[in-house]
Amino acid sequence: MSRRAALLAVEILAPVGLLTAWWFLSLDTTSPFFPPLRTMLRTFWETWTWDRIQQDVFPSVVNFSLGYVIAAVVGIAIGVFFGLNRIARRATEPTVDFLRSIPAPAIISVFIIVLGFEDTMKITAIAFASTFPILLNTIDGVRGVDQQQLEMARAYKLRRQDEIFKIILPAASPQIFAGLRISLAVALAVMAFSEMFAGTDGLGFFIIFSQATYRVNEMYAGIFMLGILGYTVNLIFLATERRILRWHRGWRASELGAQGGG
Amino acid sequence: MGTELTTTNEIAAGSAAQVEARRPGEVKPAVKRAGRGWAVPVVGTIVILLVTEAAIRSGLIDTRFLPAPSTIFRALIDESRTAVFWASVRDTLKGWAYGLGLAVLLAVPIGIMVGSSAWLYRATRFVVDFIRPIPSIAILPVFMLVFGIGPSLKVYIATLAAFSPLFFQTMYGVQDVDPVARDTARAYRLNGLMRFVFVSLPGSTPYIATGLRLSASIALLLVVGTEMVVGLQGLGNLIIRAQYALDLPRMYALIVTSGLLGIAIAWLFTRMERRTLRWHASQVKETAI
Repeated sequence: MSRRAALLAVEILAPVGLLTAWWFLSLDTTSPFFPPLRTMLRTFWETWTWDRIQQDVFPSVVNFSLGYVIAAVVGIAIGVFFGLNRIARRATEPTVDFLRSIPAPAIISVFIIVLGFEDTMKITAIAFASTFPILLNTIDGVRGVDQQQLEMARAYKLRRQDEIFKIILPAASPQIFAGLRISLAVALAVMAFSEMFAGTDGLGFFIIFSQATYRVNEMYAGIFMLGILGYTVNLIFLATERRILRWHRGWRASELGAQGGG
Repeated sequence: MGTELTTTNEIAAGSAAQVEARRPGEVKPAVKRAGRGWAVPVVGTIVILLVTEAAIRSGLIDTRFLPAPSTIFRALIDESRTAVFWASVRDTLKGWAYGLGLAVLLAVPIGIMVGSSAWLYRATRFVVDFIRPIPSIAILPVFMLVFGIGPSLKVYIATLAAFSPLFFQTMYGVQDVDPVARDTARAYRLNGLMRFVFVSLPGSTPYIATGLRLSASIALLLVVGTEMVVGLQGLGNLIIRAQYALDLPRMYALIVTSGLLGIAIAWLFTRMERRTLRWHASQVKETAI
């Protein structure tokens, strides 16, 4: 018990200590690249006014969300289809493997050619790159569905849509969520890259523009903001996953087991 | 949480077929094994290429957006006869290899340290969790300031990007070492170094191999991305120049090249990963049952 308390204390005190040390050690720094923490935080506070958030953070969040939702719908739909159709899956496997191996930045050139520099291009790029983890995990999840359950469904002459929505999707949901979680990081990275590379607004653009004009404090303010965005999105995701998968025994067991072992 | 994340990562980076290989304990019905041949994927791919070719030739897809596969293939052949192409491929691969190597040297020891100490793990958890969701590409501007713009920039960015999967996998691997083996080593009073060499390292090797595979792909992504944003010599820069010149067949040929590099790297590291798995205790146990 005392060890647990001490570990908890370390977990809380270490970051606090780190921040304090950073604060005091950086007070008198003259490094042009690593300004004092005090200045960074003040700039962060002054930069992110409500107007500024609307101007530079909202476009990013909107593109991110739209791209991600499209990826989820497309990835799960195709994933269920491929999961149930072995021939279709095998026939397209090399193509899918190839497409997902193209480094995401390289594919952005294609979307720029086809869609220009508009938001549609960014949303498409985000959706494209984040589809693959969801797709592959869904295929895997669907293939892992208990065959007896499926036979039972057929024996009871369940309609195809009931079979998919009531049996296959729930059974595959832990895997689907695993894919959705990875795609979260992918979508965030492609969002930032698309704005840095071809943007006139958004967080990525703000960060690279601040760097190009040597406003180092603003640059860090942008990066902090991106960190907060990523952290928040992750928290929302985990909360949703917990709500939706609460019933799932395998998921609960792994979660509880991991807590006990950790 | 740890183990859950590990499987998550594995599944993400592996194709369905690769993921299958991770679970040898599962008995597969004979029907599924029947379709293992090359015929279906090969025929499928040829059909996809032919349909695309036909759609473009007939004007269904505008050649301003997507040239015919045969045109792209011809451009790729032309491209492979130029010295610039090979120099760029070499530059990209060099940045990738140095970056990945540096990441291994940093991430594996640090991962082992954090993984084997509950204190260190708890002390760093919050900071790590906060830094984790920041995409590496967003740190590129900082690195541009600190390291300047030169070939080493992509090495450092690749290192940064490759660090995270390697670090987490190593850490989970060490945390997931068979407790019986660990306790036995303790009971026999093996010292820290011996325990590390004979228990922690072999136990976590498959995890590290998985981390390496993930890191290898991400490092390539960041090297190409950096070449595009900053304009360093390499495949990424060639793509951009072809794009600005609106030389589509060439641009697509180069993108295909980057995809082939990606596939080659994934294939190589997947094989390595399987090798480390073959003798791992968890596999032996599962096949024994």
